[in-house]
Amino acid sequence: MTSTRRTVRLGGLSFLLRPRLVVVTASGVAALLLVVALNLGIGSVHIGLSDVVSALFGAGDPLHHNIIWELRMPRTLVGILVGGALGVAGAIFQSIARNPLASPDVLGVTWGAAAAAVGVIVLEGTRGQITGGASTIGVPLAGLLGGLLAGVLLYVLSWRRGIDGYRMVLIGIGIAAIGYNLVYWLLSVGDVDDAARAVTWLVGNLADVGWDGVAPVSIALAVLVPVAVIAGRTLGGLQYGDDTARGLGIRVDRARGALLLLAVALAAVATSATGPIAFVALATPQITLRLAGTAQPPLVGSMVFGALLTVSADLVVRTVPLLSGLPVGVLTAVLGAPYLVFLFIRRRREERV
Amino acid sequence: MTGTTAAATAAPRGARVTSRRRRTIALVLLLVALAAASAASICLGAKAIPLHVVLDALTSPQDIEQHIIVRSLRVPRTVFGLLVGIALGIAGTLIQGHTRNPLADPGLLGVTQGAAFAVVTAVVVLGVDSLYGYVWFAVLGALAASVTVFALGSAGGRGASPVTLALAGAAVSFFLHGLTSAIVLVDERGMDVFRFWSVGSIAARDYAIAGQIAPFLIVGLILAAINTPGMNTLALGDDVAVALGTNVARTRVLGVLAITLLTGAAVAACGPIAFVGLVVPHLARAITGPDYRWVVPFAGLIGAVLLLVADVLGRVLASDAFEVGIMLALIGAPVFIVLVRRTRLVRL
Repeated sequence: MTSTRRTVRLGGLSFLLRPRLVVVTASGVAALLLVVALNLGIGSVHIGLSDVVSALFGAGDPLHHNIIWELRMPRTLVGILVGGALGVAGAIFQSIARNPLASPDVLGVTWGAAAAAVGVIVLEGTRGQITGGASTIGVPLAGLLGGLLAGVLLYVLSWRRGIDGYRMVLIGIGIAAIGYNLVYWLLSVGDVDDAARAVTWLVGNLADVGWDGVAPVSIALAVLVPVAVIAGRTLGGLQYGDDTARGLGIRVDRARGALLLLAVALAAVATSATGPIAFVALATPQITLRLAGTAQPPLVGSMVFGALLTVSADLVVRTVPLLSGLPVGVLTAVLGAPYLVFLFIRRRREERV
Repeated sequence: MTGTTAAATAAPRGARVTSRRRRTIALVLLLVALAAASAASICLGAKAIPLHVVLDALTSPQDIEQHIIVRSLRVPRTVFGLLVGIALGIAGTLIQGHTRNPLADPGLLGVTQGAAFAVVTAVVVLGVDSLYGYVWFAVLGALAASVTVFALGSAGGRGASPVTLALAGAAVSFFLHGLTSAIVLVDERGMDVFRFWSVGSIAARDYAIAGQIAPFLIVGLILAAINTPGMNTLALGDDVAVALGTNVARTRVLGVLAITLLTGAAVAACGPIAFVGLVVPHLARAITGPDYRWVVPFAGLIGAVLLLVADVLGRVLASDAFEVGIMLALIGAPVFIVLVRRTRLVRL
């Protein structure tokens, strides 16, 4: 963009202020707040916007207060957190790989999580080997471990005197293929009810989320997201290729390795909380990049739009009667894809990540 | 990345000869491997049948059990393995070349998801329940999806660029996948059909289906062959390709058509077999270098060998409990990872 860019210096820190990026991110936040308020207000009991606000601050009808805090808030919060995490993870993956198709599912993290989680679902169903309390913790925990395992494999196997984006992408394809096929094998051995439950999980679901689901995700993200945003400062240099990045004084291998692990952790935590919510990690970095007119996906912007897309999809699932009961992951792609297409039809120019 | 013409003139004569000899040796080895894999695919299975009985069954068939197995089960299965392997290997090479993206697979143009959506819709909405019925819906869905992707990818400008083509494909694929999931989640019968269809298998397909998809495959292969020389200049980037006199728009349309026909036919006959189209082009490029006139035929052969070997292993090791797609990935993926770590990669 040719708009005015200004360097801001705060003590030892300096960064570039892009007015358009700031405006886009701020409007994203505003839209997110609106959608969140609607999501809290609309449901079997309708609560007006002003009542939502007063209930949030402890005033107003106690019934409203209960409905919002006990039922709708955890679901909305997890939607925000998971969507945001996926947005950041996608932006990092796409920047490291310098490939707009790179996302946690293409690179295998999601499929590692899915294979482990579906394994638990099928085992506890048909075989009855896992029951009761273990099964409620079992699926998210298995998902987290599976995702992290796939991510660590991606890191270890891609490491050969440093992480090379191209090699990482190819290794990721291999890992994703193993996870993906394990999942489909498990689906075809399990009986049809387990398979249906597993598919519901595989599409990404916010319906069963309660406060006990909020805590682990929010703790993990509270640590990971700020670290990622700070570490992500080197991404700007990495986009020019290894030699130039070294010339700019970036420790290329260390920076890329650390960012990769951060993105893996973000994606694994998000996936374990709700199941893989499709398309958010792939699309929101590309949407944000096009809206903000930057050369590569901005991390904070991707986070905001990831959350916005996820919560909007949840709002649609909850309010449109025909779709009620469907998992949110079905709608993220149905809502997000036309918008992404609209953006690159409207503003065509050669864009690279 | 290095253009072939540039590489050929710049490389010393000795290097050119060795690389040609290397390719020829690899080609011979591949053909031998293909013959061996086909023979194994016909002979081995739940009941091993000696080679001479197989030859008898093919030359002078009688009504005995072994001959019937060979003629009605093993041979069709092998033929489908060959056809689908060749189609997916070549389609994968073309899509990676046109999008210049190593993550592109033949389904990227929306072909696979289009076919899946059409099949599920046919089952749930129209009540179609024969395999022959699915095939036509799958072909139609694949065509419709890829036309949409290409139109979106090239809307508003001078033809589809690699990045918009890839992104349009991903967007349409995810969109259709969302719709398919919604239908499948609501309707249990659709779910049951879908989960078996979505695994991908070359077993229990008969010649009638081969007849249905053969015209698509043949036209697709011809278009792919016409497309190959243009791919070499496209690999240098659209601008350079134009400067070298390539008609970029025409080359791209041809390529997309070839990819759609090849993948659509394969998916329609055997369901989505994901791994082959994604991985085979990388293997082929590692052997041949960047010249598409070599990469494309090699990819076809490697695809066929890979698919047949995976299918045979699935039959022998797990007595058919593993469908070919699953076996492929579980054996092929680790091998692929080792190769990627060891060899110098040819970049797109």
